[in-house]
Amino acid sequence: MDQLPILIIVFPLFTAFALTLLGWFRPAVCQPLTVVGLLGSSLSAIATLAQVVNSGPISYHLGGWAPPFGIEYRVDALNAMVLMMVSSVALLVAVYARKPVQKELGGKISNFYTLFILLVTGLLGITITGDAFNLYVLLEIAALTSYALIALGRGRAYMATFNYVILGTVGACFYLLGVGFLLIKTGTLNMVDIGSIVPSLSGSRAILVAFAFLMMGCWLKMALFPFHGWLPNAYTNAPTAVSCLVAPLMTKVSVYVMLRIMFTMYSVDWVFSVITWKPLVMALAVIAILMGSCFALAQRNIKRMLTYLIVAEIGYMVGGAWLGNASGYIGASYHILADGLMTVCLFMVVGSIVYKRGRAHIEDFKGAFSTMPWTMGAFILGALSMIGVPPTCGFFSKWYLLSGAYQSGDYAFGVALLLSSLINAVLFIRIVETAFFSATSDEEPDPHSHQETCYADSPPSMLLPLWASALALLAMGLYSSEIVTRWIQPVIPGGLL
Amino acid sequence: MTQAVTSFTPVAIVLISALAVIPISLSGRKPNLREFWTFLAGFMKLALLYTLLDPVMHGIRVEWELCQVLPGLSLQFRVDSFGLLFAFVACTLWIPTSLYCIGYMRGLNEHAQTRFFACFALALSATAGVAFAGNLLTLYVFYEILSLSTFPLVAHHQDSEARTGGRKYLTYLLGTSIGFVLPAMIITYQMTGTLEFSSLGIFSDVTKPGSLLVLLLLFLFGFAKSGLMPFHSWLPGAMVAPTPVSALLHAVAVVKVGVFCNLRVITGVFGIELLSDTSLDNVICVIAGITVILSSLIALTQDNLKRRLAFSTVGQLSYIILGAGLAESYGVKGAMLHICMHAFGKITLFMCAGAIFVATGKKYISQMVGLGRRMPFTFGAFLIGSLSVIGLPPAGGFISKWLLLTGTIESGHWYMMLVLLGSSLLNAAYFFPIIYQAFFGTAKEEDAVAIQEAPLACTLPLCFTALASIVLFFFPEPFFSLATLAVGG
Repeated sequence: MDQLPILIIVFPLFTAFALTLLGWFRPAVCQPLTVVGLLGSSLSAIATLAQVVNSGPISYHLGGWAPPFGIEYRVDALNAMVLMMVSSVALLVAVYARKPVQKELGGKISNFYTLFILLVTGLLGITITGDAFNLYVLLEIAALTSYALIALGRGRAYMATFNYVILGTVGACFYLLGVGFLLIKTGTLNMVDIGSIVPSLSGSRAILVAFAFLMMGCWLKMALFPFHGWLPNAYTNAPTAVSCLVAPLMTKVSVYVMLRIMFTMYSVDWVFSVITWKPLVMALAVIAILMGSCFALAQRNIKRMLTYLIVAEIGYMVGGAWLGNASGYIGASYHILADGLMTVCLFMVVGSIVYKRGRAHIEDFKGAFSTMPWTMGAFILGALSMIGVPPTCGFFSKWYLLSGAYQSGDYAFGVALLLSSLINAVLFIRIVETAFFSATSDEEPDPHSHQETCYADSPPSMLLPLWASALALLAMGLYSSEIVTRWIQPVIPGGLL
Repeated sequence: MTQAVTSFTPVAIVLISALAVIPISLSGRKPNLREFWTFLAGFMKLALLYTLLDPVMHGIRVEWELCQVLPGLSLQFRVDSFGLLFAFVACTLWIPTSLYCIGYMRGLNEHAQTRFFACFALALSATAGVAFAGNLLTLYVFYEILSLSTFPLVAHHQDSEARTGGRKYLTYLLGTSIGFVLPAMIITYQMTGTLEFSSLGIFSDVTKPGSLLVLLLLFLFGFAKSGLMPFHSWLPGAMVAPTPVSALLHAVAVVKVGVFCNLRVITGVFGIELLSDTSLDNVICVIAGITVILSSLIALTQDNLKRRLAFSTVGQLSYIILGAGLAESYGVKGAMLHICMHAFGKITLFMCAGAIFVATGKKYISQMVGLGRRMPFTFGAFLIGSLSVIGLPPAGGFISKWLLLTGTIESGHWYMMLVLLGSSLLNAAYFFPIIYQAFFGTAKEEDAVAIQEAPLACTLPLCFTALASIVLFFFPEPFFSLATLAVGG
């Protein structure tokens, strides 16, 4: 049991090696092997979470080296929760990926799964590590694999990847510079250790610049509004299975990193009293929410629309984290889970539509309710969660975020949240209406138009993970008070009221 | 004095019709079997409601906690007398409406009937959920489910008109509930730390009348299903729905859920004493009073029968809010009773409109000259329904109007009496000409086709609800006792 935290990483990492070797000879075993690897990883993550909830944070010393010198994996309820989310979403996508990958990436199956599981390894590593430099290394692993994966797409994927490479690298550089500054000033790379030294240096300008660099790096990686330019193109042009994996996880993990920097490496006191950035960041968050939603309104391609919604949702989480009170923090960290799940659910729906109909523009949804009832059923659940209709989990993150906005008097943020809910309602109802009421196609009149159109839903290997994610949305909503009281409340940083 | 009992019955009542969706969807190819499920669920629901009547009458609250969704805040059912009253109205009327639906949908050979009946059953579940909700959050959850499950019903015809109506419907209802009720609920929770209904109100020690006013307005307009002006225009727009939908949902379930929510907020969240202490009751009265008069005036100008009925509904709903706004026990009792009386009266009127459409294809009042002699039952029922809505004896509407008028005097809002009386005159002015023309007018050119009554499945339910309106005048039980109990005396 002591080795649980490392198992989360070891499973996917060794699967990646196995895939590299086996993939040359037997591409057919790649997908099952990936699923097995991720299953092991997510079971370990769940066990870790249970252990953390029952007996407090775990500190795992890699190679037996004691913390400030060696690399420490530090798991508290917050990252245990994110680890569980990342590994289970990856597992769902791995199950889902089988058919779309066969169809879209016929000759590159083994490469795909190797990169896929390496990316997951990177993301899990970022989440689990307690070492600021180790985090950078894993950030690069995740970034490099995701560049390669996105470049597998067709059309403008190369150009989009190129943009992404440039901005992603700039972001990583900012992060590295920040870590460098911190190393010079504090002499350590361990996050908790940094956190214990930073308060004594609170007047130092280098510490401030380091914080600015670290934040800049995170914001570029998570695509906070003015730095979001790379995201829509990259995620839209990526292959189906890639966008299902990357869209829900990459940005959420970056938000997690931001929380770590703000509240573990720095402190509540530092972030909200020593520096006075809060109004500025809140303004960015509000603009991100509003602009993301407005851009989403203008899209005909639903996948692209969803990418803009991610931009808006990032605004939710950044705003929640910067509200500077407990409700905001709960809202932000709960929304990391909730948004990961809803995004994967909706991206899988869009993927199924692309799989069946070749494209996912709004016209392609015509008549989808009669031909693909299961897919659209899950879509409705995902949409309700995005709109924030109870009892789906989207409602509860909004509840906490709005409460936080009210408590700290950030009314603009509250109004932005409500407006974004309303815009989401318009966006999704438009799709539901098209899917419900428009005939399948206008060109070919169906001879049996009075009968139900024939059932042509996507295969079970796609429906199963889709519905698992959709039901998880409901379950997360109904158990939200458990999640908040048992998982999130113990890790709320001390200074937050 | 109030005891609480934990019982699964309220959950069962809510779930029955939701579960009925499954057999209804599965037996889409066998219409008779499909409709059997609807009736089975309807009667089971009603029977279970009766088992709750006795405990509630003895002042026992029946509770069931579903799950705790926020720390200190759970999804919870709690049946009190007002909730039971409302559930009774909705579930009783579901049965005749289902019969009527069969007549109407088959008579016009409508498409997608399975979807129709499934959504209908789901809507009834949501209505029962609203009625039994033990706190504001639960209320909100079922309120939203109701908006969403009725959308396919409103847009049933799927043509561009229906889609516009449906879009308007959702825009108004979701927009106001997310934009107004959600923030109001969060602010209330932040201020008081609870969302449970309590007859004394939950704002115990409030020194900020300004924020109370804002909250009150957010709640009143936020539950836009109650059709307070200026958020009423989804209601006439939603008249594109098939008539049975208009009948049950837009005269009974949906709009009454709106006023039910408003009444709950007025009596359970603010508390009528707080309202009269802070003179916020005047605000409610004025808003509702304006809606009453304006909508009656607009109704006069409508030639489409269903639209005229829709505007009449807008006005009558505001009677209910006005009654609660009087902040006095007669007024509140009148308001609660009016939910029931108006439901029976208005559903009769809507069913008549539908029956006329099924039999003759006519939608406009000006075309209905002389129809009364050919369709005596339909127009007879129409007469009774109008009497009830106007508030004349021997129809049930008289009782609630009597209480409302008493309330205006008791509470000292005597000018509201003028509003109510003026509106009654206007009601008479827009209903009686229809009936007079139908019975005594002569059509300019006789229709070649002989017009007869609509099919039995259409005529029977409307005669039943018309009779019920009269019976309620003589025996307003159990509704009267439930309303009396709800205002505490």
